[in-house]
Amino acid sequence: MSRQITLAVALALIGAAAQAEVAPQEVAYGEYGAIEASLSGTPGDPKAGAEVMANRGLGNCVACHAVGTLEEVPFHGEVGPPLDGAADRWTEADLRGIVANAKMTFPGTIMPAFYKTTGFIRPGDGFTGKAGTEPLPPLLTAQQVEDVVAYLMTLRDE
Amino acid sequence: MRQMLRTGAAWAALGLAGSAALAPTAMAQETNLVINDEIEIVTRAPAPEHMEYVREIFSGWEYRSPETQTLQMDDFENPGMIGVDNARADFDTAMGADGQSCASCHDTPEALEGVRAVYPKWDEAKGEVQTLEMQVNECVTERAGAEAWDYTGDRMTEMVALISSVSRGMPVNVAIDGPAQETWEQGKEIYYTRYGQLELACANCHEDNYDNMIRADHLSQGQINGFPTYRLKNGKLNAVHDRFKGCVRDTRAETFAPGSPEFVALELYVASRGNGLSVEGPSVRN
Ligand code: HEC
Ligand code: HEC
Repeated sequence: MSRQITLAVALALIGAAAQAEVAPQEVAYGEYGAIEASLSGTPGDPKAGAEVMANRGLGNCVACHAVGTLEEVPFHGEVGPPLDGAADRWTEADLRGIVANAKMTFPGTIMPAFYKTTGFIRPGDGFTGKAGTEPLPPLLTAQQVEDVVAYLMTLRDE
Repeated sequence: MRQMLRTGAAWAALGLAGSAALAPTAMAQETNLVINDEIEIVTRAPAPEHMEYVREIFSGWEYRSPETQTLQMDDFENPGMIGVDNARADFDTAMGADGQSCASCHDTPEALEGVRAVYPKWDEAKGEVQTLEMQVNECVTERAGAEAWDYTGDRMTEMVALISSVSRGMPVNVAIDGPAQETWEQGKEIYYTRYGQLELACANCHEDNYDNMIRADHLSQGQINGFPTYRLKNGKLNAVHDRFKGCVRDTRAETFAPGSPEFVALELYVASRGNGLSVEGPSVRN
C-alpha cells in the first residue's frame, strides 16, 4: 500500500515536470526570436550554465565566443562576438531565444540551434558520421538552456 | 556575401572589429615557402575569377605555426616524404598477372610531372570527372590487371603523394568549364549546403571565417593544394576525401563516402578555389 502511494506521488511529480517542460517543437518564438517562458519550469543554475558553455561535448560556446569571466577555460574562439556584457544588451527572453535557436534572432547566422530537433540536411547520429533519425536529441536539454541563460544574465559590464 | 555583410554590420553596430573574412589580416609572418632552398611555392594568390566572395586565396600553410611551417621547407624534415619514398619503390613493383608496374608505362615518377596540377579532370573515355585516385585505380585494374587499391588506404595516398611531389611549385589549374562544368556546379552546391545538426557549410568556416580561431583551431580557407597532408595530429598522410569526411562529420551530419560522386564533385570545386596556388603535397599540417 505504501509502495503504491509512493508510486502515485512519483507519477504525479513526473506529470508536473512533463507539463512544465516545453518540447523543442512546441517552443513559441516571438517576432524577433525571443522566448518568454522558461523551457524547463525550473530556474536556471548559473554555475551549471558556465560548465555547459565551456564543455566541448555540451554547449562549447567558447569555441566561437570569448567570455572574460570564463578566463580559466583555455582557447576562446573569435567566430562570434565576445559575450561580455550580454545581459546589458539583451533581456532574459532574448537570450533564451538566441540559445535555443539563434536563427530566429539572426537569420542565417552560423550559430547552431541548441534546442532544435528536426529539419536538418543529412542529420547525423552525433559525431559518428552515420545517419541519425529525426527528431534528434537537442544539443542541450531544456534545463541546460535555462542554466546557460542564467549564466548569460550574470554577464554585465554596467 | 549577404551573410558576411550582415554579420559585419551587426558587429560594427556593437562597436566590435569587423570579421577577418572581410579584411584578411596579415598572417602570422610574411615568410615565403621555399622547399629545399629550391622549389618556390606560391601560398598567396589573387582569387580565381569564379570566386565571388573572396579576393585573395591562401594555402593552409599560411595558418600553421612557424614550427610546423618549417618542417615543410626541407624534405628530410617533412615526415610525409617517407610515404613518397615508399611509393617510389611501389612505382617499380610488378602487380597483376602480367607483372606490370607503374614504371612499365610511365618510366619514372618524374614522367608524371604536371599531372597533379590539373586533377580532378574530365575523362573523355569514361565520360566523367576523375580524381587522381580514380586514375591510379584505372591503371591498377585496367592496365595492370590487379585488384583496385583502397581509395584512401596508405598505398593509394602514398602514390598520390609521390605524384604530387613531382609537381610541387606548379600552379594548380583545374578546368571547370566544358564537360566538367556540371560536376563543378554540383560541387559548388555541396560547398554551400549547411549539413547536419550544427547546420554548417564548408563556406561558414572556410570562407566566412578563415583566419579566425574556432576554439584552439586557426581556420584556413580549407584549400587542397597541399594534399596529401601529413598531419602531426594523427601521424600519417591524409587523403583529401578523408579530410572532407572529417569536416562533414564534425557538423553532426551523415557524411559522404570517400570516392563517392559527391566528394569527387566537391574535390573538383574546392581544387578550383585554389587555382593559382602551387601544388604543395605532401604538406605538413597539425
Ligand atoms: C559556430 C559558432 C557559434 C557557436 C558554437 C555559438 N555561437 Fe553564439 N553567436 C555566433 C555568432 C556568429 C553570433 C553573432 C550573430 C550573427 O550571426 O550575426 C552569435 C551571437 C550570440 C549572442 C548575442 C551576441 C551579443 O553578445 O550581443 C549570444 C548571447 C550568444 N551568441 C550566445 C551563445 C551561447 C550561449 C552559445 C553556446 C550554448 C553560443 N552562442 C554558441 C556564433 C556561435
Ligand atoms: C565547423 C567548422 C568547419 C566546417 C563546417 C568545415 N571545416 Fe574544414 N576544417 C576545419 C578546421 C578547424 C580545420 C583545421 C584547420 C584548417 O586547416 O583550417 C579544417 C581543415 C580543412 C582542410 C585542410 C586544409 C589544409 O591546408 O590542410 C580542408 C581541405 C577542409 N577543411 C575542407 C573542408 C570542406 C570541403 C568542408 C565542407 C564539406 C569543410 N572543410 C567544413 C573546420 C571546418
